[in-house]
Amino acid sequence: MSGRILHIASNTFREAVRDRVLYNLIVFALLMCGAAILVGQISIDIERLVVVNLGLTAISIFGIVIAIFIGIGLVSKEIEKRTLYTVLSRPVRRWEFIAGKFFGLAGTLIVNTFFMAIGVFAALLYVSHHFQASDAGVLVALYFIILQFLIIVALALFFSSFSSPLLSAIFAFALFIIGTFAEDLRGFAALTHGAERWLATGAAYLVPNISALNVISQVAHGEPVAGQLILYNTGYALLYSAMVLFGAILIFEHRNLK
Amino acid sequence: MRPSRTVTVAATLLVITTMAGSILLLRLVDKARQGATLQEVLYISSPQALKRLSLGYSGLMADIYWTRAVQYFGGNQADNTNNYALLYPLLEITTTLDPKLLVAYEYGSNFLSAGPPLGTGQPKEAAQLVKQGIQNNPDQWHLYYDLGFIYYMGMKDYKAAADAFAQGAKLPKAHPFMRVMAANMAAHAGDIQMARMMWTTTYESSTDKQIRANAAAHLRALKVDQDISALNTIISRYENQTGLTPHSFAELIHAGVLRGVPLDPLGQPYKLTADGSVAVSDPDDLPFITQGVPLGYKPPAKPKLLPVN
Amino acid sequence: MSAIEILGLEKTYPVGFWRKRPKRALKPLSLTIEEGEIFGFLGPNGAGKTTTLKMLMGLVFPSGGTARILGRPIGDPAMQAQIGFLPEQPYFYDHLTPRELLTYYGQLSGLTTKEAERKVPEMLDRVGLRDAANVQLRKFSKGMLQRVGIAQSILHNPKVVFLDEPMSGLDPMGRHEVRDLIEQLKHEGKTIFFSTHILSDAEALCDRVAILHLGELRKVGAVADLTSAIGGRIELVWRGATIPQAFSALGAECHATGDTVRALVPESSQEAAMEALRREGLRLISLTPLRTSLEDYFVSQVKPSEATAGGKP
Repeated sequence: MSGRILHIASNTFREAVRDRVLYNLIVFALLMCGAAILVGQISIDIERLVVVNLGLTAISIFGIVIAIFIGIGLVSKEIEKRTLYTVLSRPVRRWEFIAGKFFGLAGTLIVNTFFMAIGVFAALLYVSHHFQASDAGVLVALYFIILQFLIIVALALFFSSFSSPLLSAIFAFALFIIGTFAEDLRGFAALTHGAERWLATGAAYLVPNISALNVISQVAHGEPVAGQLILYNTGYALLYSAMVLFGAILIFEHRNLK
Repeated sequence: MRPSRTVTVAATLLVITTMAGSILLLRLVDKARQGATLQEVLYISSPQALKRLSLGYSGLMADIYWTRAVQYFGGNQADNTNNYALLYPLLEITTTLDPKLLVAYEYGSNFLSAGPPLGTGQPKEAAQLVKQGIQNNPDQWHLYYDLGFIYYMGMKDYKAAADAFAQGAKLPKAHPFMRVMAANMAAHAGDIQMARMMWTTTYESSTDKQIRANAAAHLRALKVDQDISALNTIISRYENQTGLTPHSFAELIHAGVLRGVPLDPLGQPYKLTADGSVAVSDPDDLPFITQGVPLGYKPPAKPKLLPVN
Repeated sequence: MSAIEILGLEKTYPVGFWRKRPKRALKPLSLTIEEGEIFGFLGPNGAGKTTTLKMLMGLVFPSGGTARILGRPIGDPAMQAQIGFLPEQPYFYDHLTPRELLTYYGQLSGLTTKEAERKVPEMLDRVGLRDAANVQLRKFSKGMLQRVGIAQSILHNPKVVFLDEPMSGLDPMGRHEVRDLIEQLKHEGKTIFFSTHILSDAEALCDRVAILHLGELRKVGAVADLTSAIGGRIELVWRGATIPQAFSALGAECHATGDTVRALVPESSQEAAMEALRREGLRLISLTPLRTSLEDYFVSQVKPSEATAGGKP
């Protein structure tokens, strides 16, 4: 069972690599080089701040774009090209297919993020000539960014399991945007009353809570991230992506693959 | 073949448990980073920068920041933490993002100008905010009124208050009281009549329940102050005439100086205590009173505002 | 044990966006296919062939009925490991080479890495793709893709192979190769269930065929049985321009060309026709019994209902 999930995951990874997804690393490398050199010349004392802010923001945006645009095609493209039929006619369970696809794309993003992270640390070393203790915060921010990716991949896959790629992209992107304001949404909900409050609170808790996973500005200012928050965020992101993934499995299990 | 029952049941159960778990953890996350959203203000403190960052969707962004300001103020009030350092920056960002968001100026200046526990006691910032509002919305007489109010109540600057009222009175739809207030400001500064006129205007011109309740409570407090002054005059006259200290209103009624037991603005009878001083029977319902507070009374942390219809 | 048993399998799809109306894609279908058979599943486009195959593969859930393959229910992994499937016009993962693709499918079918390493090159040789083994599939022609498709369906040595329109879109050479492959598979003792709308292929290969039209099974049987049922005709050619009077009574179709006449008469009237010719003193040049092709049968089966279908408002 786990073997088949692994094979599907590695095929998904290979597909992303061969479709030249990792070319974004070149753009990223150019961006980091340019930033490191320029910042060193024009600003004093905030080189580190700019490198961390720019680097982490770029990692996050690149990854989310990849997660959405590959994620939405994970299932629908396989149906369109009829490749899914040959896979599912074999002793492969539908849930194994979904799980394999998820791990494949998540793995792609983790590898991609790993290379980008090297770029950020290289740029940091270039501008400040040594690492500081507070640079550990950058690792935490990177970890949180990967947790964000897990949620987005799960959402894109979820929509892909029953909707067209275009609609899936719109839904996934909209949820990402709403998710970055999840805390404000819960604030809005707290201001309403009665039945509306229940509805609004329910909706506010169901959208992905992306904002808590974004600590870029905090670590750019060298502030530490509480260990408790790391723990809770990990738990939250894993449970939330699992929830979305199980939802995708539930829908996909019942789908007629016309 | 049917969809697998095992997969269906297992996935449904797992969706429910992971959903419950994620909500639980989200509450923990929220607790672990209380006010973290607001800390953003510390990173991007320039409202102009934020406006550019909102990519043209500044209206929505303003609404979000306004909610944050209300939440921040309400949250801190509930917790009794008297640290409101972020309120003014939040309001400044909100009104920069949407300069026409009148509620932010009016409500915001209300938060800032009133002393604790109703507000943050920052009348200078309140005046600054309203001035910005006037600059962006010069045709809103209400903002001039708010400004005059802050000068009068918060800063006791009667000259500036008179100027604000006078300017606002020139606007076409201005409340008629504005002109009267401008005229009387210099002569009757600090007088109960003046205060009553201002709170009446607030009460009449606002549609916000909270603001109206607050104005009504202040009007009742003024009435209590007036009543008790009048009662004290009667009592001292009675003492002078008879040389006796009255211990109840019944004595005064018997002597023919009172027609009945006097009632406070809420219809409750005033009490005459053994030492001859007048007090209200339920001080919780009458916040802001300066006279008639029973001896040893401790006001609640948050003033009780009776709802208005 | 039968290779495939289909018992009252049916499918109704809801169609339309708002008010969904049911559309019957397949009326209750019952079929039994024995082990070692090549079974042709015939019908025009839209007859319900692909729907049936998808239900057997567990891709579409039937609205009613059941089916068993190799004695096991649909969706049973133990059964799925012993069947192969080639969908209609497959594309496959075009970022892979045939070697990688076959290895991937082999792994999904439960082959160990070692088995896959041994079997994949063998299979590539067998379908004639040895030289293209390391070329990405995006550069493949349709015929080459079809070969890859057949390779993936038989790689894990399945007992039953399902092929959906395996010959469509291929050039004559390609079709010939696929035919040969199917015959080889039969020699290896595999059961083959293939759908097609190309009759000559079915005629050349199948032990038995089923004819499906508008979601309904019209006929099942051996090719010879079906064609004989329709009744054969005889072609008579003689010299001269005369057509004996008796021919019209026999229900013959006659065509005069130059100095010969060609007539088609029912098999049963052969003696009477010969007798008539003898009486007139006409010289017979040739007498040919005409075998009814599956095509004729197919047309005779499909035509009437198409007329009624077309007549509906």
